[in-house]
Amino acid sequence: MTLAVRACLDRVGFTLDVDIELPLEGVTSLFGRSGCGKTTLLRIIAGLEKVRGAEVLFGRQIWQQGRHFVPLHRRRIGLVFQEHSLLPHLSVHGNLLYGYKRTPKDLRRLHLREATDMLGIGDLLDRPIDQLSGGQRQRVSLGRALLTSPQLLLLDEPLAALDTQTKREIMPFLSRMASEAGVPIVLVTHAPDEVERLADRVVFMRDGRVDRSEPLRQALARPDSPLFADEGAASVLEGALGPANERGLRPFGSEGSRLWLLSGGTAPDGQTTRVRILARDVSLALDDPCRISIQNHLKVRVERVDKPRGGRCVVATRTADGQLLLSEVTPWAVDQLALQPGTAVYALIKSVALMS
Amino acid sequence: MLGLGPADWQAIELTFRLCLYTTIILLILATPVAWWLANGRSAARVAVQAIVALPLVLPPTVLGFYLLIVLGPRGFVGGTLEAIGLHHLAFTFEGILVASVLYSMPFAVQPLTEAFKNLGRRPVEVASSLGAGLWDRFFTVILPLTRGGFVVAATLTFAHTVGEFGVILMLGGSIPGETKVLSVLIYDHAEAMNYEAAHRLSAMLLVFAFFTLFVVYSITRRFEVAKV
Repeated sequence: MTLAVRACLDRVGFTLDVDIELPLEGVTSLFGRSGCGKTTLLRIIAGLEKVRGAEVLFGRQIWQQGRHFVPLHRRRIGLVFQEHSLLPHLSVHGNLLYGYKRTPKDLRRLHLREATDMLGIGDLLDRPIDQLSGGQRQRVSLGRALLTSPQLLLLDEPLAALDTQTKREIMPFLSRMASEAGVPIVLVTHAPDEVERLADRVVFMRDGRVDRSEPLRQALARPDSPLFADEGAASVLEGALGPANERGLRPFGSEGSRLWLLSGGTAPDGQTTRVRILARDVSLALDDPCRISIQNHLKVRVERVDKPRGGRCVVATRTADGQLLLSEVTPWAVDQLALQPGTAVYALIKSVALMS
Repeated sequence: MLGLGPADWQAIELTFRLCLYTTIILLILATPVAWWLANGRSAARVAVQAIVALPLVLPPTVLGFYLLIVLGPRGFVGGTLEAIGLHHLAFTFEGILVASVLYSMPFAVQPLTEAFKNLGRRPVEVASSLGAGLWDRFFTVILPLTRGGFVVAATLTFAHTVGEFGVILMLGGSIPGETKVLSVLIYDHAEAMNYEAAHRLSAMLLVFAFFTLFVVYSITRRFEVAKV
């Protein structure tokens, strides 16, 4: 099952020319700078932008082709917008049920109680909309979209309007939704950390065109990945989270590539999560230093040493369980440690950001 | 009662009927037009906006004159009606109803356009994504969120139709029970030097107009406050 979109649009100061086919599973992220056409592409998929000649095929359903056009309310799509979009004349309860009531009974896969539990909004049901915080509003929007039991979920920069604190509060719900809801998700964003946290696949967009579409793993393995434009190279490790020890640290990942995380988050034990590690937070050592404040030492093997850029080299390594971990060191250090593919080193990780 | 004669009551009843029908018809017609003006992208929007606003600047006699030609027995509409065995519309209630609808159009379209612009497309897009079809969206999202605009449009349309004079005189003449509305009757009273009767009706309309505007402005204010 795939989602195929073909569209050409030529407006003053803006052109869009895309022809892509996306697998209908997991989270696909449309990534690019503002104005690159990612939101327009999302609106074409939703049927909110009726572009002449465009083609949108969802699996075997034809959503748009020639004169045939299925309006949004018949596409069974869940939409979450950037800014708050709750219906102001309804309470939280009314908003959540607006779509639920309009979903045929035999198609409902999720019910109010499950949605409010998943998103932690059970206490807010009777509140009027204007008494919610930004984060609560976005969670209600998510719940409202999920309660229509959509066959596709479109998220248009759902975190962009939130402050860092609130983002951190919502992110776990988003990734939980991505893994639990069982609905393919298309996420529009310009934030690399959101892609790294949530996406399985990335569509890079620029100037109204699709540059490339590839799995996240592949995107993170490219030294020149646009995902690294802001904060430099980063890696994403996947692993299960264990129960906190007496110091409040939670183990992450399997034996041999275990990390201890300070901020355990609310993710339940045993749940597979992702951590994001910036390459500049990873140092390399030939021996395992024991008298050092850094707690997380991983035994890794160098896979690739990239050419220096801006006085820094990215060294790609593999952890014991085969995951890619990037480290950023100076060319001097590369020479000094004689780093080359195959070298066994210890990666010292200064800080780990838990993502879910 | 109030010193009003049967002719006065007949005119009041006729005026009320004309205004009520005009308001109902206009709310139905103006809603899609205003929606399109507020949200459309077509280049024709400006032209339509200008046409809708025409009655604001045209002398009512001009509108009445053209309507008299078009709706009259030899006009396009009137002639067609005659040809299929019906009566033309000049000097009839139906004729002045058509005239009122055109004449009061801006007073229905403009507040609604304003209200729809304030509403934006987002709530409607949200409702569609939640599975609501066109009518569903209108009654469960658009109408509740732009109620103020609809009340203002209805009130202004009604009141403005009460104040119609030139168009009706041109197109409808002064036929009791058919086209002799209050404003025309006042004119007739004054012409006949019956100042006392003219005064009674005029004072009534003055109070009515003030009351209407008062209501409209207080609604507009509440609407604005509620939006914040």
